[in-house]
Amino acid sequence: MPLSLLIQKLSEGLLVSIAIFTLTLIFSLPLGLLVAFGRMAKNPILRNIVKFYISIMRGTPLMLQLMVVYFGPYYIFGIRLSHGYRFIAAIIGFVLNYAAYFAEIYRGGIESMPLGQYEAAKLLGYSKTQTFFRIILPQVIKRILPAVTNEVITLVKDTSLAFVISVMEMFALAKAIAAAQTNMMPFIVAGVFYYIFNYVVAFASEALEKRFSYYQ
Amino acid sequence: MKILEIKHLSKSFDGLTVLKDISLSVEEGQVIGIIGPSGSGKSTLLRCATMLETMDSGELIYLGEHAVTTGDNGQAVYAPPAKLQEIQRYFGLVFQNFNLFPHFSVIKNITDALITVQKKDKGEALAIGRELLEKMGLADKENAYPYQLSGGQQQRVSIARALALNPKILFFDEPTSALDPELTGEILKVIRQLAAERMTMVIVTHEMSFARDVADHIIFMNDGVIVEEGPPEIVINNPQNERTRAFLKRFEN
Ligand SMILES: Nc1ncnc2c1ncn2[C@@H]1O[C@H](COP(=O)(O)OP(=O)(O)OP(=O)(O)O)[C@@H](O)[C@H]1O
Ligand SMILES: [Mg+2]
Repeated sequence: MPLSLLIQKLSEGLLVSIAIFTLTLIFSLPLGLLVAFGRMAKNPILRNIVKFYISIMRGTPLMLQLMVVYFGPYYIFGIRLSHGYRFIAAIIGFVLNYAAYFAEIYRGGIESMPLGQYEAAKLLGYSKTQTFFRIILPQVIKRILPAVTNEVITLVKDTSLAFVISVMEMFALAKAIAAAQTNMMPFIVAGVFYYIFNYVVAFASEALEKRFSYYQ
Repeated sequence: MKILEIKHLSKSFDGLTVLKDISLSVEEGQVIGIIGPSGSGKSTLLRCATMLETMDSGELIYLGEHAVTTGDNGQAVYAPPAKLQEIQRYFGLVFQNFNLFPHFSVIKNITDALITVQKKDKGEALAIGRELLEKMGLADKENAYPYQLSGGQQQRVSIARALALNPKILFFDEPTSALDPELTGEILKVIRQLAAERMTMVIVTHEMSFARDVADHIIFMNDGVIVEEGPPEIVINNPQNERTRAFLKRFEN
């Protein structure tokens, strides 16, 4: 297969990888905040359920989680789902997993905020919601940006795990083409694409960190 | 007019009694100085008065309105949240370590609550903020961020932030303790100026000569009780109580 055709084929896979990446972030970043609130809730039942969920997400392989989400509805409930469910299952699996990791990062950031910030806000009459969104969260974002960047870079590489439920993202395609052609080239091109992908991510996060560097 | 009345306030932290039956009242324009050794409960008293800490029993009254009353079982009963929110507007607190919002510029630290909490329009809030900065000698720092200021300047911003909301009474908890000695003067000067303008204030301080100059009434606390109180000429210059004398001895030199 000529290089140009290979690049074209893998680019199609890259688009799927980017779709998984983007949708995962869109859903898991806010969901992680909800999970963090649950993890810090006063209600012990809610708190322990969320704690258990986080420990499962962090304590088992993402690959296994993807299989459970994909095959679970059939094996457990006997529900037959269409082919299109593959992609949806991948998104559900990634979102559930990454929300747990983001939640722990958020929690660490929120708990690292000095009590004095809450007290000053209370004295000035800010409501709890205003205090969180105007005073606490902006400072938390600055503190956790490096940790979130690490997770996002891991996510770029983790999108390749969607191959286990046969989502035709870039890695699954590279693997199929390499097997058919008995040739290393698809893996090398895919590797270069992942590298460039992460380069862009790192660049974006650096720009974001700069935007938050106006104060210390 | 009485701005603040505290009656029979008691407070303990898991079994340890920190404040025992404290009563005090503050008249409009009065400046009260609170002195006493470390751990005597001065901060806890201010934190109960500003509702950062809940009291176990006693009454808390601002301008005749009850924030806390005593229930039938002797326990403190707090007014409903809406009422507390209203009463919250009567007082401000200046912290030892400023607690400025580091992500807000100096002017935003002062005006943000005016805009988001009190719903004043931006122009009006800005005018209030600028006037206060002028008064604090910080007109040129409007757009600086807290980390770019000295401790003394940060504390002046935090005083301006508290004043912006136009409180009836302002509490200070050791406003100079976090500052280098050469910076305490600028804060004391600001507080003196406020006293001259008849601002009602309650000031916890370890600066005895400042307390003597600025306060009309001194309260000496020890082990969670008010041991002695009265005009500064008596409590500081000529204390009647043995404990007060022992405490003040440490400041002689
Ligand atoms: N949140 C808390 N939990 C438990 N104990 C506390 C708490 N806050 C204060 N205390 C205790 O209450 C007592 C009074 O403390 P407080 O901070 O009011 O003293 P202070 O007079 O302000 O002392 P300092 O001059 O050192 O500031 C101390 O024994 C302190 O250990
Ligand atoms: Mg104290």
